[in-house]
Amino acid sequence: MVENQRWLDVLAHLTLILGVAVVALPVYLAFVASTHDPSAFVSGLIPLLPGDAMGETYAAVLEGGVKSQMSVPILLMLKNSLIVALLIAFGKIVISILSAYAIVYFRFPFRQLAFWMIFITLMLPVEVRIVPTFKVVADLGLLNSYAGLSVPLIASATATFLFRQVFLTIPDELMEAARIDGAGPFRFFRDVLLPLSRTNIAALFVILFIYGWNQYLWPILVTTDEGFTTIVAGIKRMADVVDSEPLWNYIMATAVLAMMPPVLVVIAMQRLFVKGLVETEK
Amino acid sequence: MAAITIENLGKTYAGGATAVTGIDLDIRDGEFVVLVGPSGCGKSTLLRMIAGLEEITEGTVRIGGREVNRLEPAERDIAMVFQNYALYPHMTVRQNLSYGLKNRRMARAEITRRVDEAARILEIGQYLDRRPRALSGGQRQRVAMGRAIVREPAAFLFDEPLSNLDAKLRVTMRGEIRALQRRLGTTSVYVTHDQLEAMTMADRLVVLRGGRIEQVGTPLDVYRNPVSTFVAQFIGSPSMNLLPGVIDGGTLRLGGARFAGTGAAGPVTVGIRAEDLTIARPDAEGAMAAQLLTVEELGSQRLGYFDIAGERVVAAFPAGQVLRTDMALTVSPARLHLFDTSGCRIAA
Ligand SMILES: Nc1ncnc2c1ncn2[C@@H]1O[C@H](COP(=O)(O)OP(=O)(O)OP(=O)(O)O)[C@@H](O)[C@H]1O
Ligand SMILES: [Mg+2]
Repeated sequence: MVENQRWLDVLAHLTLILGVAVVALPVYLAFVASTHDPSAFVSGLIPLLPGDAMGETYAAVLEGGVKSQMSVPILLMLKNSLIVALLIAFGKIVISILSAYAIVYFRFPFRQLAFWMIFITLMLPVEVRIVPTFKVVADLGLLNSYAGLSVPLIASATATFLFRQVFLTIPDELMEAARIDGAGPFRFFRDVLLPLSRTNIAALFVILFIYGWNQYLWPILVTTDEGFTTIVAGIKRMADVVDSEPLWNYIMATAVLAMMPPVLVVIAMQRLFVKGLVETEK
Repeated sequence: MAAITIENLGKTYAGGATAVTGIDLDIRDGEFVVLVGPSGCGKSTLLRMIAGLEEITEGTVRIGGREVNRLEPAERDIAMVFQNYALYPHMTVRQNLSYGLKNRRMARAEITRRVDEAARILEIGQYLDRRPRALSGGQRQRVAMGRAIVREPAAFLFDEPLSNLDAKLRVTMRGEIRALQRRLGTTSVYVTHDQLEAMTMADRLVVLRGGRIEQVGTPLDVYRNPVSTFVAQFIGSPSMNLLPGVIDGGTLRLGGARFAGTGAAGPVTVGIRAEDLTIARPDAEGAMAAQLLTVEELGSQRLGYFDIAGERVVAAFPAGQVLRTDMALTVSPARLHLFDTSGCRIAA
């Protein structure tokens, strides 16, 4: 801080606390709701402390004992989400790192055109091209499949740009030294570029995993078979009951469980993630 | 070990810019050749064409009698030391040194032997497990040298390898590089824009100007007989003084003095090295009136800056030499360098 005045410090902390509260309070309430019985949250008086029904609620949710609300066990939905999120994260990283490699290090005809084509996809997220994309996926027979869930989300340029920027900061001399050391394009990629982009890959993995995990619109569109329901889409389906009260405690317990994998990924990769966002190892 | 033969080499970049043209050069086996010239004269381009990093657009390069125009850098049996070292930042020093050997599928025992040998020669043994980031500039430079020598190539190519080091380290390193090269006897091509580095290191100097060779010769030869005013001013510190003079009836008129001149009549440019100027009596033959402007004290000698007939002239004197405001300077006629108006040397 440039200024070192007491009231500024207080103000800064207040702002931060307020921010944390805005983000964390709903999460906390979801957790609280999952530990009470279903009626507690619709009675008008919202409890602020965890109740005593936590054990049975989570056990019931995990064992799939809430058949009245879900036709699919939650573990299957978690598995679906995990597969889709991993496919999206890995698929995007592999494709974008290779295309960035091609664009930065190779001179081929229509290189500029290729670059701009990739650039244009930035303006076309799935939500914009949802109808034609659905048509294509349907024609390919990919409805109700992991491929259908992940491939359309893999095609986008953000990650390509990130890797392009990373590669542009790597000095040309390094590539020339590698050429003199007898490293062909593949070895240079494997032995020099990949290790040097390690932290960027990790950071991107975290972001893309969460991006894939939190997909909502696309999964509910391309899956009709409940065996492919992802957890985020599943939560919504749980709340859509026609002739009874939604079981909010189960829904919230599911929501809390659904938050866990992204949190774990962030915690596990925190060190690399922060490094990848703030520094480059050149 | 090999000779490098360059014939009519030229480079035109994709944009149409011609960086280098008509280079003919024979580099003997084991020779240390320095390419020197001002920024942008094509030194790096020439070196990179030898290395194979830049495509050759005209002429041929032969290394050890084999034409290498179409060969990849790795197939040319050369090693290069870069200005910014270009060490792999994520590899330890040992891995940096062995990477090129591994790619050539050399046996592991042989790699270890060569790396250890290079580490011993360059005294980098205690850093072998460090990353380049944890090394000083001088140590990185040694590692870069090490990466070149483990390969035991036919030729070393250096592109301004010392320009990122401080002045003192530069002097030490240039001595070390030269000693190492003598010991290994490997043909070397060394690029620098620093004429002092060029003078002190070279077996032979190649002075480049605007993509062409201006002069080739031993450092002393180039210093004593520069073929043009360009070379005369570029090589040597302080630079050679250049004064306008006129040859007329067998005498050279220069700065108010007359010298027994030769050659054709007409205006000439006269070059005089700072150390060739001596103090004379004002009425002596060949004495030029000189007004002292400033003095630079170098410790080992004093540099006096004078005004002679409106031209700024520098002269070097032994330390402690007394200099007065109004003096007369002269030079032995044998030490005059004569150039015609286009800057070419006039043969004496
Ligand atoms: N990739 C390129 N494309 C077009 N022109 C280039 C390229 N590289 C160099 N040049 C031009 O070629 C000429 C020679 O460049 P070169 O790098 O060989 O100079 P140099 O003698 O090494 O200079 P310096 O001492 O500054 O390193 C320059 O005029 C430069 O602008
Ligand atoms: Mg250069």
